[in-house]
Amino acid sequence: MILPIDPANKLSFKRCIKDGDLVIVYERHDTMKAVKVSEDGVLQNRFGAFKHSEWIGKPFGSKVLSNKGSFVYLLAPTAELWTLVLSHRTQILYIADISFVVMYLEIVPGCSVLESGTGSGSLTTSLARAVAPTGHVYTFDFHEQRAASAREDFEKTGLSNLVTVGVRDIQGEGFPDEFCGRADSVFLDLPQPWLAIPSAGKMLKPDGILCSFSPCIEQVRRSCDALKSHFTDIRTFEVLLRTYEVRQKILERCPVNEEDSNKCPPRKRRQGSAEGSNGNECSSSPTVVIRPSGEARGHTGYLTFARLKCFV
Amino acid sequence: MSINKAIDEDSNQNINSRLTWEGCNVLLDINDGDRLVFARLTAASTLKIGNKKCSLQPLIGCPFGSLFQVESGKGLILTRFVPNAEGNNLEEKDVDGSKDNRALVDNNTAQSLTSEDIDEMRKQGAKGDEIVEALIANSATFEKKTLFSQEKYRVKKQKKYAPRVLLRRPFARSICEAYFKKHPDKIGFMRVDALSLLLCLGNVTSNADVLLVDMLGGIVTGAIAERLGGTGYVCNTYRGSSPYPVDITRMFNLSDEICKRIVHASLTDLNSSQTGASVSVNQEETLPVTHSGNLEEVGVSAEDGGMDITPEKVPSPIIKPCKSIKAGQKAPLEAIKLWKENGFSSLIIAAPEQDPWGIIKEVLPLLSFSAPFAIYHQYAQPLATCMHNLQIEKMAIGLQISEPWLREYQILPSRTHPHMQMSAFGGYILSGTKISSSEPVASSN
Repeated sequence: MILPIDPANKLSFKRCIKDGDLVIVYERHDTMKAVKVSEDGVLQNRFGAFKHSEWIGKPFGSKVLSNKGSFVYLLAPTAELWTLVLSHRTQILYIADISFVVMYLEIVPGCSVLESGTGSGSLTTSLARAVAPTGHVYTFDFHEQRAASAREDFEKTGLSNLVTVGVRDIQGEGFPDEFCGRADSVFLDLPQPWLAIPSAGKMLKPDGILCSFSPCIEQVRRSCDALKSHFTDIRTFEVLLRTYEVRQKILERCPVNEEDSNKCPPRKRRQGSAEGSNGNECSSSPTVVIRPSGEARGHTGYLTFARLKCFV
Repeated sequence: MSINKAIDEDSNQNINSRLTWEGCNVLLDINDGDRLVFARLTAASTLKIGNKKCSLQPLIGCPFGSLFQVESGKGLILTRFVPNAEGNNLEEKDVDGSKDNRALVDNNTAQSLTSEDIDEMRKQGAKGDEIVEALIANSATFEKKTLFSQEKYRVKKQKKYAPRVLLRRPFARSICEAYFKKHPDKIGFMRVDALSLLLCLGNVTSNADVLLVDMLGGIVTGAIAERLGGTGYVCNTYRGSSPYPVDITRMFNLSDEICKRIVHASLTDLNSSQTGASVSVNQEETLPVTHSGNLEEVGVSAEDGGMDITPEKVPSPIIKPCKSIKAGQKAPLEAIKLWKENGFSSLIIAAPEQDPWGIIKEVLPLLSFSAPFAIYHQYAQPLATCMHNLQIEKMAIGLQISEPWLREYQILPSRTHPHMQMSAFGGYILSGTKISSSEPVASSN
């Protein structure tokens, strides 16, 4: 679903929504929902009732109406959209961290990647996208029910051929021996990553890369200590995203002349008041303005990367 | 849980290979990042260190990640250097506060070895490490230094007298980082985290058909091709008669299979309504990227602060034209036909000198409905205008302008803090999803 593995499911002008498809129902940029299309299904939300039967046969990206005449858009799922709609069973990774991790771990098609914990599977989805079509992600979580839910999600998003979810306490037991020397990269998101680092080192191919995500600097310190003996190029980063607001505004332009500007008192904002220009030419045409959004995610976690030393 | 067998069958040219091969591209990290050099490994290729050249031959067939030390014998020779498993155990030693710099006087008399002495040692065949030890033994102040400054002194001398070369696989990350560090203008000031975002927001994955406008010398083209892994296509489109250069793709280790997936097609060809022979107007089959077995070297040198993309002609006739890169062929007609029928599955624009709105309004119709797009720009205002227009014209939803921020940390016992210097700007990205233009008919219910 998420990946164009099956050519029949590939996004195209001709690819229409079918019974059984996973669609992302888009209300607004911050209100989206994943829905499985079924012939007799109905989506009920604050805009009214949407019949799935009216969606079938429409291309992805279409606007559809409710019984009350309100509309939503139906989008094809992507890893990015999935991150925004998945059910949070744990704290999840977002796009800034995800994209940086995939890039820094040098994950390309065909790679084998180990991950622990699975959590809600937000990063796992992007890892799967990066290793497809021939690679594989082996992800572990010690929480049996969480692992089962993750498995269901990968089934739903069509990634189950690329992802295997195991139930295992990686901090306590390490990764399974069968992966020894076979991983191109390892990702750790654990409360005590330093306990899993020796095992991660055994799993990696020579020159393989490890990443550990930790919200607290104390965790990072202990991880870096544990990395020193067998890893090199140990680097810690913090990556954040600043988003911007764009709108159209009428910026007042008062006369340059001092005397004139005294005659022109501060005006109340009049939206779109092009006709409201007085003799002093105090108004101007609308301009598009941009500024950073007032609030942002200020911290997610520290990303520590390291490469396995080459001893041979 | 069984292990994917495919991973063990890496061919030599596979991007996932752990060993270098003749003709492969490597990134040489000299003295811990002081100098970064991209090179192609052939029997005749050389690396310049100081004013001498040393052969890169010993690096062929070695694992990526291996370390070499430069030894002077008959000329400079690169020999394998295996670090001990202990690593740097400086941290475990007591960080003694008893020593400080009160007794240090900067009068240039601390070192009793002269440069003539060192030259003499070299003539007698002393190894780099031996010279470093001699310098330490003859330093009047070494013992008075704190452990940290002793280590600093040792590293400084080692870098000078026994330089080390680390063999790295060039990947989109290292190539982008190297350019950003030394020649950011050549890649439109795009930091590696911005490139990462661009690839994710553009939903680049195997089997994708990516429509691309890359006016950054090929960094984005190469990064996309790396993620396609020999499937799908990355189609570079352009206005005018000749495609934009994608020279940077030569620094990636892209196999022939992957290079075949890098194609170009003019906007006119993609937009023309006919799908036939008329498409092939531009007969220029000589592309800016075809080249023979010359050593391509991008020296990123800390000393001169510059990076030259000067193809160094290797005079030796021994080199067979190894793995000539075919990145950037004309898109096959069948592919163009399919794109017209189905649309591209992603769109990425990296043309920081162009007006993004001017480009996207022309190329967006080529994109499938519900397909994502991402536009890189170094200025916010043109993106803001572009975003506003896309909203007004109801061409896309989920529109967002974002700017990544990246900070590196020093992690040391009791001395953890962010790096004192950081990059304050790595570019803006406008992302969104194309929507279907047809308006719905109100349901009867």
